[in-house]
Amino acid sequence: MAAGSGGGPADRGEIRRHPLRNLWRLRRYLRPHAVEFGWLMLAGLAATGAGIAVPLVAQRVVDGPVARRDLTGLFLLAGLALLLGLAEALLIFIRRWVQSSSSVAMEAAIRTDVYAHLQGLSASFHDRWPSGQLLSRITSDLSVLRRFLSFGLFFLVLNLVTYLVVVVLLIRLHPALGMLVAASAVPLFLIARRFGRHYHVASRRMQDQQGDVATLVEETAQGLRTMKAYGRGPQLAARFAASTEALHDTGIGKGRLLARTSALLDLVPNLTLGTVLVAGAAAVAGGRLTIGQLVAFVSLQLMLIWPVQSLGWIIANGQEAATAADRIQEVLDTRPAIADRPVAIALVRSTVRGRLRFEGVGFRYPGSAVPVLRGLDLTVEPGETVAVVGATGSGKSTLLSLVPRLHDVSAGRITLDGHDLRALRLASLRGLVGVAFEEPTLFSMSVWENLTLGRPDAGEDEVRAALALAQAEFAYDLPWGLRTRLGEQGLSLSGGQRQRLALARAVLIRPAVLVLDDPLSALDVHTEALVESALKRVLRNTTALLVVHRPSTIALADRVALLEHGRITAVGTHTELLAGVPTYRGLLSAEPAAASIAGTPTSTDPTPGGSPLVLS
Amino acid sequence: MTAASAVPEPPPEADPAHWRGVAPDPNADRSLAEDSDPAAVARLRARSRALLADVLRPHRARLGTAVALLLTQNAAAMSGPYLVMLGIDRAIEPLRAGEPGPLIAVAVSFAAAAGIEYAARRGFLTISARIGQAVLLDLRRRVYAHFLHLPVAFHERYTSGRMISRLTSDIDSIAELVDGGVESLVMAALTIVSVAGILLWLDLPLASVTLLAFPLLFWLSRWFARASASAYRRTREAMALVIVHFVESMRGIRAVQAYRRQARNQHIFDSVNDDYRRSSRHAFHLIATYSPGIKLIGNVTVAVVLCYGGARVLGGDTGVGVLAAFLLYLRRFFEPMQELSQFYNSLQSATAGLEKLAGVLDERPSVAEPTRPVPLPDGPARGAVRFHGVSFGYRPDSPILTELDLAIPAGQTVALIGPTGAGKSTVAKLLARFHDPDSGTVTLGGVDLREVADAELRRAMVLVTQETHLYGGTVADNIRFGRPDADDAAVEAAARAIGAHDFISALPDGYATEVHRRGGRLSAGQRQLVAFARAFLADPAVLILDEATSSLDVPTERLVQQALGSILRDRTALVIAHRLSTVETADRVLVLDRGRIVEDGPPAELIVGGGRYADLHRQWRDSLL
Ligand SMILES: Nc1ncnc2c1ncn2[C@@H]1O[C@H](COP(=O)(O)OP(=O)(O)O)[C@@H](O)[C@H]1O
Ligand SMILES: Nc1ncnc2c1ncn2[C@@H]1O[C@H](COP(=O)(O)OP(=O)(O)O)[C@@H](O)[C@H]1O
Ligand SMILES: [Mg+2]
Ligand SMILES: [Mg+2]
Repeated sequence: MAAGSGGGPADRGEIRRHPLRNLWRLRRYLRPHAVEFGWLMLAGLAATGAGIAVPLVAQRVVDGPVARRDLTGLFLLAGLALLLGLAEALLIFIRRWVQSSSSVAMEAAIRTDVYAHLQGLSASFHDRWPSGQLLSRITSDLSVLRRFLSFGLFFLVLNLVTYLVVVVLLIRLHPALGMLVAASAVPLFLIARRFGRHYHVASRRMQDQQGDVATLVEETAQGLRTMKAYGRGPQLAARFAASTEALHDTGIGKGRLLARTSALLDLVPNLTLGTVLVAGAAAVAGGRLTIGQLVAFVSLQLMLIWPVQSLGWIIANGQEAATAADRIQEVLDTRPAIADRPVAIALVRSTVRGRLRFEGVGFRYPGSAVPVLRGLDLTVEPGETVAVVGATGSGKSTLLSLVPRLHDVSAGRITLDGHDLRALRLASLRGLVGVAFEEPTLFSMSVWENLTLGRPDAGEDEVRAALALAQAEFAYDLPWGLRTRLGEQGLSLSGGQRQRLALARAVLIRPAVLVLDDPLSALDVHTEALVESALKRVLRNTTALLVVHRPSTIALADRVALLEHGRITAVGTHTELLAGVPTYRGLLSAEPAAASIAGTPTSTDPTPGGSPLVLS
Repeated sequence: MTAASAVPEPPPEADPAHWRGVAPDPNADRSLAEDSDPAAVARLRARSRALLADVLRPHRARLGTAVALLLTQNAAAMSGPYLVMLGIDRAIEPLRAGEPGPLIAVAVSFAAAAGIEYAARRGFLTISARIGQAVLLDLRRRVYAHFLHLPVAFHERYTSGRMISRLTSDIDSIAELVDGGVESLVMAALTIVSVAGILLWLDLPLASVTLLAFPLLFWLSRWFARASASAYRRTREAMALVIVHFVESMRGIRAVQAYRRQARNQHIFDSVNDDYRRSSRHAFHLIATYSPGIKLIGNVTVAVVLCYGGARVLGGDTGVGVLAAFLLYLRRFFEPMQELSQFYNSLQSATAGLEKLAGVLDERPSVAEPTRPVPLPDGPARGAVRFHGVSFGYRPDSPILTELDLAIPAGQTVALIGPTGAGKSTVAKLLARFHDPDSGTVTLGGVDLREVADAELRRAMVLVTQETHLYGGTVADNIRFGRPDADDAAVEAAARAIGAHDFISALPDGYATEVHRRGGRLSAGQRQLVAFARAFLADPAVLILDEATSSLDVPTERLVQQALGSILRDRTALVIAHRLSTVETADRVLVLDRGRIVEDGPPAELIVGGGRYADLHRQWRDSLL
């Protein structure tokens, strides 16, 4: 099973307009630190200068005072060397100190923004993107960027400056030989460019594969019970091995590229040096150059070796940063598919009556050809409770997810008190709608935090009432009461306990519209009856849409709507439908029925009231 | 540590920092080996270094080659300037005399040296990338495999975010060491040792003055070692928390959005993110102090040597040339110290990551594979299940099951019912050996589960729960998870048998449809059907169903039951369900309440009695139609 390959960024390996464009776009995060960066560049250059000066002073001591037997001069110059040494250390300290503060601050700022942006992207985005891919963006990609900001960028500038200064000095020392050295920049440039291109591809692949590995690990953690239940450890290990093998191979490929280029970048200055030596020797022999000049030239030229040698590493670092910036911008550039319109209105809770109307609603999941809902009409009157009944996979959950706008309708519209949901502020709408999902989503946080998900300001009494309603008082008996941390996904609770917490959470926000997707499926008959009678009180004056499978729960509803083939084919009270609609009876009958009815909705005869479906 | 250790209690809402809540186990987010007492820390540190040595061991030969290449490269690099001087001193005079031979000789040797340097450098870098990648691969696989071995209980407290953190960000911190470590370590050590030799040989008194710097260097390094070890450790923990929070909020994004949780989440994320920022800034500040500190010691030593050496020259104790050379070499002596300090920093950071990994690797599975597995009996006896006086609790202070005795003969279908929280799933999990009982034994075919090899146990028994998990991949892949060697026809037959074929073939690519992560492409009921097909295909001797049909509509559920009824006719089954329709078809019903079996008998008998089951059954009947 290729977990990592499914979904994810569709535009992998796409050719961008300019490789550094996205990196450049991130400069806004640099801006608040621009002054600091200016200072640290200066400090860095000054430190380098001081570093070069120390040996020069030392040399001067040997040539001057010592030779002249001048003790004061000796101490004076030694004092100077000491001062320069102190200054160098201090400047380096300042540079690194400032650099580390500002680079981690930038890293944190980008991370915060990416997280905020991701929280705003719609459910369909998150369906497509494996969270490991998202995770690797806020971890490894960001640390690559940080490394570039704290070292790569600095040394890039420093080395360029050094290179230029030395070349200018060389040209002034001897124009012809100097130009020869300057000309060596051409092969260097070509090598660097070629390397940059190849490395870009490799580092993109590597970073994507890192995301795949993260995805795989996450999936493993989530599917751990299933893996254990089937004893499929070896298969998963093999799958992981393949994925890490790919990462390993890419890593080696990158290493090879870097090795070749680094070696070439070593070779070029060496060959230049050799050429200078031969040409210089000829010039000296021809009397156009003195030996002293040649020696000076060569020793100056030796200073170029380090800046050129480190070029490979710096380019690699820069390319990785560019790739990281691409990957981060990919996320930041995704516009939320579901967002407030420019003139969205907010409804006041007390004025909301709660008339929910579906008008010709059609819905199709992005990327799938067949619509799940088509031309669905349904009205839920204020305070009314409507149960949606339908076969497995008929689109009940999909329908419910449209109410809090986790997805937007593809056709038709949904209105609340006459307002198109899309004309409402998202925050306002979601504050009015309470949802309990089919699979209760709990977080490894305190019970309190899980309950007050939608109302961080809820008071103790309200929470108690909500827990009582959902028959979830067991929460107080946990070792630390409501402060107990739940295990991951709430798996330290039994299924029914989880479901009741999720229900308590939904009613806690005192919603105008309550949307419950199969909220009692994991409860035993007895608890179910208790929750039902409590829920009934809440439902009396709350508009509610429920999905139910069990005949018992249908008692909660004023009316029942049968969902078939993407539309509501029958609406009425439970008794009416039971009497008049065979499909409905087939779905809810407790009696064993013919196997033929149990097929999926798509395969059965679409006309309601066709052949009698219940044999008993 | 965060909230976990802060047991004093304000009301939960009073302190927003308490969002994480109190973990029942104070060490919830660590492996057991990671304790906070100093001895444990030291042990772990030693163990992490040992782990590093262990993963490097297979690469000894390659490491040797790499070092040899590195030395060659440096010899070649050193010979360059020497050849230049040779050219200037020896080749110019003959050239003036019209004799190009010496210059050509020098040029050729120079080119040769450059060529050797090129080849050696390329070779060295390639080999070290190989070693580094192999080490990372090895670590990833080891840790992953170990995670798979660790029991469910471990994962419940450790959380997937932390597991991801170990296998991604902690490994990354090691990658940084592996990338540049060998070179800086070898070169720096080599230079320092050789230059120290030269210094001693040049001028002993001056050299001893230089050596005075060593206690300072040592002291500074010890300070750095201590401070950075705990700083990086904190960094790793802070990062893990960032990842945990990130992973969970992305996974629960629907709830986050539906409940307008974004602001609060952002607040929490910002706080963990800021913790990470502060801890990593602290770590970087340490190296930002340490590295110039080393530089400072070097520079001061140069100045001291300058004074003292100058005075010695003036006093006639040594020659000017010696002083000049000494100063040149001194510079060379302290420069690599910078590199060493960088290396040391990466090592500290990597060790913090390695500590986390070593902690995981040190974790002994509490549900362990037997050392001498006992084979399960063949034939019908294989499916006999027995609980002998089983007591179990997730926490020592709150037992869930006490002295539970239960015998299920092979081939029997038993329904287990009872209120939520009674311990039904716990019984199922003990039978599936997700946990081992605190006392008593669970046996299968007469063999204690603790003595059955895992692979054999899993072949014999399958647990299907309410939380169906589908892996990313196709529908067929997911069904085949039940029996990896099954062919397409078998996969389809399984799907047909439980009534999943129709919906699967209606999917755009049929069995080859990608289900997306966690099966998000399918509805909850469809996921359950796929999980059933998977169990059907696995064809075990014992099948445990824990509310596995809760999301299905009634007719589909019935179809599943029929299918299972036929396959289960001669197999043992433990079925947990709330819908008593499932229960009616069972041979026997057990009613569990607060961890005790309060009723036991065939459904028909229990109905006529006036017990719990009869009550439940009446309630259930009333709730129908
Ligand atoms: N993310 C998705 N992408 C494409 N199709 C989906 C997605 N989620 C659900 N579906 C399909 O939509 C249909 C309705 O699903 P759902 O609303 O969950 O059904 P149910 O009525 O069981 O709640 C199913 O056939 C399912 O395969
Ligand atoms: N992993 C766990 N860690 C701690 N407590 C748990 C865990 N799983 C279940 N429990 C507790 O054990 C009790 C029994 O749970 P369970 O066996 O799941 O009940 P059910 O009968 O509903 O299946 C419950 O009170 C539950 O909170
Ligand atoms: Mg559903
Ligand atoms: Mg249970």
